Amino acid sequence: MSEKFDVIVVGAGPAGSAAALVCARNGLNTLLIERGEYPGSKNVMGGVLFSKELRELVPEFWKEAPLERPVVDHRYMVLGKESAVNIGYKGMEWGEEPYNAFVVQRAKFDQWFAQKAVQAGALLINKTVVTECIVDKGKVVGVRTDRPDGDLYADVVVLADGVNSLLAQQLGFRKEHKPGDVALCVMECINLPKEKVNDRFNVKDNQGVAIEIFGEATKGNFGAGFLYTTNDGINIGVGTTVAAMVKDKLKPYDLLDELKSHPAIKPLIEGGESAEYLAHLIPEGGYRSVQKVVGNGAVVVGDAASLVNAINGEGSNMAMHSGQLAAKAIVQAKKRGDFSEAGLSSYRDALHDSFIMKDLEKYKDAPHTLESNPQYFKEYIPLVTKAVGKYFTVDGTTQRDKQKQIIKSFTEGKGTFKVLTDIYRVWKAVK
Amino acid sequence: MSVTTLEEKQYLLRFKCDKKSHLTILNHDVCATQCPDKLCTLFCPGEVYKWEGNRMQVGYEGCHECGSCRIGCPTENIKWEYPKGGHGIIFRLA
Ligand SMILES: Cc1cc2nc3c(=O)[nH]c(=O)nc-3n(C[C@H](O)[C@H](O)[C@H](O)COP(=O)(O)OP(=O)(O)OC[C@H]3O[C@@H](n4cnc5c(N)ncnc54)[C@H](O)[C@@H]3O)c2cc1C
Ligand code: SF4
Ligand code: SF4
Repeated sequence: MSEKFDVIVVGAGPAGSAAALVCARNGLNTLLIERGEYPGSKNVMGGVLFSKELRELVPEFWKEAPLERPVVDHRYMVLGKESAVNIGYKGMEWGEEPYNAFVVQRAKFDQWFAQKAVQAGALLINKTVVTECIVDKGKVVGVRTDRPDGDLYADVVVLADGVNSLLAQQLGFRKEHKPGDVALCVMECINLPKEKVNDRFNVKDNQGVAIEIFGEATKGNFGAGFLYTTNDGINIGVGTTVAAMVKDKLKPYDLLDELKSHPAIKPLIEGGESAEYLAHLIPEGGYRSVQKVVGNGAVVVGDAASLVNAINGEGSNMAMHSGQLAAKAIVQAKKRGDFSEAGLSSYRDALHDSFIMKDLEKYKDAPHTLESNPQYFKEYIPLVTKAVGKYFTVDGTTQRDKQKQIIKSFTEGKGTFKVLTDIYRVWKAVK
Repeated sequence: MSVTTLEEKQYLLRFKCDKKSHLTILNHDVCATQCPDKLCTLFCPGEVYKWEGNRMQVGYEGCHECGSCRIGCPTENIKWEYPKGGHGIIFRLA
């Protein structure tokens, strides 16, 4: 196995398969290596795939990809102990071409997407771990795998190996994640008859609902829960940073069970049958945690480069888009025969010009502000649910007095100024 | 059936176990003396780690390969690798 490829892509998730697809389409001799039994067998996602970035790669993908329901109703839910505040948008235009987003099940979806790269001419090898990058004279020239005689060579290696990216660490492209920069998420896929899903969420067969859940779901820690409808069931999950888990001695599956038994959630999943339980990390450090993405003979894409917008729940689309941008830079580099860091640097530029780095930059203070100021999650969210509850409760209090009481509940013991500066700080971070 | 215990949740999963562990505790004394809460036994989503009085028992067969223990262990006491290609957890759905 000492054949030389133009490109070796490590990892057949959305980032790697997108990169391999675009490289192969442009005639590059492309090898895609996946450690799992099949692409998707190691991958986890709650499931909202925004359509635009995939559309650029596979127009009208909805005619062939294995998808669950298109999302026509996107909601935010803030949980109190026994209460919930809801806000959302339901738009019928989201249920029509070109669609805004679909829920996907990754084990099925990733296999299909990797096959698109294979159909374009890439070679896919499963069940193979890349154990290290082979470096010669300061340039990555190939990969070492756990197969016998498993060294493989290429002009460029694409690191699409996901959040843990041991390879980017080996190359010194990035440092180990801090426990505050990664969210440990657990989720369950629950089977529930289609009619029940439709009734409980007030939708038709080919309409889906996505609910992002805050507040009690994470016991006041930075993080969120979610509940997404699949064709015949529900995906439900929750996550908070490893740092918060350590500090509050939380068990992730206990958080999930508490979410599942919350009075606002329980009726939605009742009678369902658990089909799978999954755990995975999300790199949530945002802009500041994106490190070196281009080196001599190597580029880093997707979660491996921490390209996730935790505020909007975007990861898979950023993975695909970064894979596409990296592939385009490689195609250019091939034309010039220059695979040095300078020769591949158009990927870094394109990434910074794209919505990915612009959005991450826009929210660059948000993860940090929210992680290091627990009052937002621990104090204000419970107050918001109480305030809204108070507002809707008819108990003989005049609306004017209710408003006074609500404002007082926020400032009590803190002073108006402290509350205002807190609100300003979070507004600045997410505006 | 609604599953409630972690054991039941883990039972839903498919694993192709290697004979050899991909997770290694570097020094059991460090766990004994420097980590009073035995943190990995709490946050690991697969309850892979169990403290047995003086040693950490590693049930690597139930590992989700999430990486949390490598990042969350305060003493960097866990050598963390991927299982051999094609081995370890095999998700069938999400
Ligand atoms: C619970 C949860 C919910 C989420 N919800 C959403 C959501 O609703 N919407 C959204 O857009 N994003 C969501 N995300 C984020 C999204 O899943 C990721 O951003 C996305 O999967 C990143 O794609 P990737 O290709 O970069 O990495 P991955 O999907 O992690 O793929 C990496 C691939 O590399 C392989 N690999 C790793 N190392 C090696 C190696 N050494 N050798 C060979 N192969 C290797 C892995 O097996 C894997 O197939 C969620 C994440 C989680 C955990
Ligand atoms: S977290 Fe680290 S030090 Fe603590 S018990 Fe686990 S392995 Fe040992
Ligand atoms: S990688 Fe995740 S599931 Fe596996 S032992 Fe570590 S914390 Fe537990």
